[in-house]
Amino acid sequence: MATTETFIGQPVLRKEDPELITGQANFIDNWTMPGMVWMALARPPYVHATIDGIDTTEAASMPGVVGVYAAADFDLGALPFVWPITEDIKVPVHYALASDKVRFNGDAVAVVVAETREQAIDAAEAVAVTATELPAVIDMEQAAKDEVLIHDDLGTNSVVHWSHGGAGDHSIFDSAPVVVQERYAQPRLIPNAIEPRGCLAYGVPAMDEWTLVSSTQIPHIVKVTLSGVTGIAEQKLRVIAPDVGGGFGSKLNVYAEEALALGLARKLGRPVKWIEGRRENYVATTHGRGVIHDCTLAGTEDGKILGLKFVELADMGAYYQLLTPGIPELGGWVYMGPYDPDAYWYEFTGIVTNSTPTDAYRGAGRPEATYVIERLVDSFARRIGKDPVEVRRMNLKPAFAEASTAISGLNVDSGDYEATLDTALGLVEYDKLRAQQRDGRERGDTKQLGIGLSTYIEMCGLAPSNILGALRYAAGGWDGATIECLPTGKVLVKTGTSPHGQGHETTWAQIVADGLGVTPDDIEVLHGDTLITPLGMDTYGSRSVSVGGAALHFAVEKVKAKARTIAAHELEVAEDDLEWGDGSWHVTGAPDKAKTIPEIAFSAWHAHSLPEGTEPHLNATAVYDPPNFTWPGGAHICVVEVDTETGATEIVKYVAVDDCGTVINPMIVDGQIHGGVAQGVAEALYEEAIYDESGNLTTSTMTQYLVPTAVEVPTITTDGSHQTPSTTNPLGVKGIGEAGTIAAPPAVINAVIDAVSHLGVTAIEKPASPERVWRAIRDARSDQGNGRGGAA
Amino acid sequence: MIPAAFEYERVESVDAAIAALQADDGAKLLAGGHSLLPQMKLRFAMPTKLVDIGRLRDLSYIREDDGGVAIGALTRYHDLEASDELRQLAPIVSSVAGQVGDPQVRHMGTIGGSVAHADPAGDMPAVLLALGATFVATGPDGTREIGADDMFPGLFQSALANDEVLTEIRVPKTPGGWSYQKFTRRAQDWAVVGVAAVRMNGSANVSLTNMGLTPLRAGGVEEALAGGADPATAAERADEGSAPPSDSFGSEEYRRALSKVLVRRALEEALA
Repeated sequence: MATTETFIGQPVLRKEDPELITGQANFIDNWTMPGMVWMALARPPYVHATIDGIDTTEAASMPGVVGVYAAADFDLGALPFVWPITEDIKVPVHYALASDKVRFNGDAVAVVVAETREQAIDAAEAVAVTATELPAVIDMEQAAKDEVLIHDDLGTNSVVHWSHGGAGDHSIFDSAPVVVQERYAQPRLIPNAIEPRGCLAYGVPAMDEWTLVSSTQIPHIVKVTLSGVTGIAEQKLRVIAPDVGGGFGSKLNVYAEEALALGLARKLGRPVKWIEGRRENYVATTHGRGVIHDCTLAGTEDGKILGLKFVELADMGAYYQLLTPGIPELGGWVYMGPYDPDAYWYEFTGIVTNSTPTDAYRGAGRPEATYVIERLVDSFARRIGKDPVEVRRMNLKPAFAEASTAISGLNVDSGDYEATLDTALGLVEYDKLRAQQRDGRERGDTKQLGIGLSTYIEMCGLAPSNILGALRYAAGGWDGATIECLPTGKVLVKTGTSPHGQGHETTWAQIVADGLGVTPDDIEVLHGDTLITPLGMDTYGSRSVSVGGAALHFAVEKVKAKARTIAAHELEVAEDDLEWGDGSWHVTGAPDKAKTIPEIAFSAWHAHSLPEGTEPHLNATAVYDPPNFTWPGGAHICVVEVDTETGATEIVKYVAVDDCGTVINPMIVDGQIHGGVAQGVAEALYEEAIYDESGNLTTSTMTQYLVPTAVEVPTITTDGSHQTPSTTNPLGVKGIGEAGTIAAPPAVINAVIDAVSHLGVTAIEKPASPERVWRAIRDARSDQGNGRGGAA
Repeated sequence: MIPAAFEYERVESVDAAIAALQADDGAKLLAGGHSLLPQMKLRFAMPTKLVDIGRLRDLSYIREDDGGVAIGALTRYHDLEASDELRQLAPIVSSVAGQVGDPQVRHMGTIGGSVAHADPAGDMPAVLLALGATFVATGPDGTREIGADDMFPGLFQSALANDEVLTEIRVPKTPGGWSYQKFTRRAQDWAVVGVAAVRMNGSANVSLTNMGLTPLRAGGVEEALAGGADPATAAERADEGSAPPSDSFGSEEYRRALSKVLVRRALEEALA
């Protein structure tokens, strides 16, 4: 239906929600097929061991078992790793099934196929592996000593070293009036999508045509890479991402189980399904973070930041998954935050350990960077005795509307950081809080107030293909969109991005609705099926709207141009006499002489009288390669109360002011911020993957791995009034999928430290568990008794 | 996350439950299931048979009795939490029931199941210990009473015999002066440390959750109080005789320190 209403900027209700909230969504666990069998993996109870033998006899004889297979039974290539970030990077060989050595808790050595899932799991437990145990190395610094090698053929556990290259005069790190040096550790996190992984492979054996349905963020990348791993011709491999229950980066990957399911379907000629268990998810899906930074800030006594230097150790895990060493590198471009120092250095060393491979986890490198720079700025402020707001204000890059080169070397599209800080300070009532804090300290209250800031930028919209090439990433960063205007006035949109909770069906419909003068209800957005959608690069890195949405914008422009030709023909005027307005092409000065897109679509469909040289059907495809990244920014402020007797922290106020450029759907943006902040709070106060000394994951269930619930997540006040348009794309959009997770952890930790800083505490690591806070207070008190400052 | 294979029988009477237990050494009673089933899913527990007593509604009640309160062993946490009568007669039991797990757990889990499971991190055992509860067990030879001090001999061990069913729990009327200090990381978690304090006979009974292999009476604290110590002084003896675990929720050292803070707060509230 043609309309003059506009939808961009409106909180349009999500088109996705009815099926989700009525339980009619189509997650992989709902899929079943005639003749389908189930797959389960045998993951032996070793962390690091040489495999001496695999006995499948008992497993093969168990009820319902179709077969038990080891590595030699498959003709599969190595699993894909697509980001060899340096020329001399050492790349561990990684196969779907281990045959020589088990290198971490999640390594599988055999796969069982049975008629039911339960039978497959029982039989997988009966696969007997004899092995010679080797010492396990979990600690990165221990692994770096190379006393125990994870991959003998690589000769070292320090597998990659990357430096940003640096900028400015580095003598400042010795000669500056104030030099702050700190070390921060950021533990591993488990992504915890509410839906674990799962897949179903089936096909037409006679045609060697195969379909993989997988709970993935990246059906297109899965297709091209698994075509290589399995040898299935790419045009005969279809990958479907059905409704996907969250990914957070953990499904931005290509996994052993996907390759095995395809291999088994091909071998058996039957549909093969696998659903991951939660404990399996905790060891066999990727982890995030797992880094240690040595940081140096050079500054002046009055608070100017002169130089920033970061030396990072990054835990790769036992193998690389799809992107592993690229994750710290991504962060390497944003360690200056929204500030403007004169000197900059970043380097990291990637180290393999006997643990789950790390890879992208919501924010991917940028939360790690933001955490250390924001901690460091607060330390600097404490050192020189200034308010952290004052120090930030002195160093924030002034507002800019055109792209400007940052010290890290990339062009930042636009930004107005101080404006977001001012809004956040107003919303949180900063001065009033500081007064309350002073009063509480004077009274010696058991519960002390703390205020923590995080002013951040991030780099989204991955990415310009030429830059990805320069960074040695194997693929490009473009995306595609197709629009088909149907004869009844409805519109079909196909996108190369692959949403898994982000609301593309709604947001994309809003973009097209405004462009073509129809309503979002008239538009159906198709995604997540490589047979249906245009080639694209899927969804991660807050890229979808700034790349895929921009592609859609250009497809809209193409449709409108073709529509103009047809409208001019039908109205018997020259194209130049037409202008677009109020949802139609009309004759300039005569708005009654108009043709709407639905009217033109019908004409283009029956094609009875089209202008010379115009093809029937009103449709277009556009492929867009962004000229730059997009750079959101903002200010988050967290207010906590810390119980100084127990160390318990309660968040009493949380303000998030995010500038993600032009906002298409403010409700969806708010939802992204809420979810992101919740995960950031989790990272700051609750979550930590802990291994014991022998390399077993002790936080192996949700009882020990503390994902916070609605009770623990605070009320979040958001403000979307700052919308500095991106200069990268015509929509002016920047991306919001990761901002909350990037901004929140330092805001929370800075607040916790601030609450007890008057007791002498200067540092508390993530997660700030009650015990960590209690120890920090106790140690600071005893150090103060000894006349020293305190840290924990 | 999938239990090992097991048989299942739903029984209609306590006698039938006892018979089923006698018939199979590997059988376990299933009440609300919220302690047992998670252990089975992790294959930490692999009973050969589950004897489901969850529908023995005769064992779900709260009634004033003999100067005390009698609670049927199959009374669910939610019913304890929602009972006006219990809120009047023994408010600590009602309140703590409302702090166990989350709403789903509280609608399934039973007070008797918690006692029989004897998890030192469970809230109910410590509360019942502080109250000096009496436990009624029914076995092949009839019923017997077990005192609170004898009910929890070891880790995940109760005084119930293999062929006994816990049928009733009796607690004294304790309408005033109580506190339960439950320290958790997340709302639905087990207590890192919990402290129950109930004013009794001019002093207070104090017990500890998750400070050892079993729920514990804080004997040192009670002794100090009896000797006239104020709450803060008495609380300094909170961890006497305890053996707190060290795990990812807290080290032994932290738990000891926490128990002192929580005992002091519990006493201040209960004796206020």
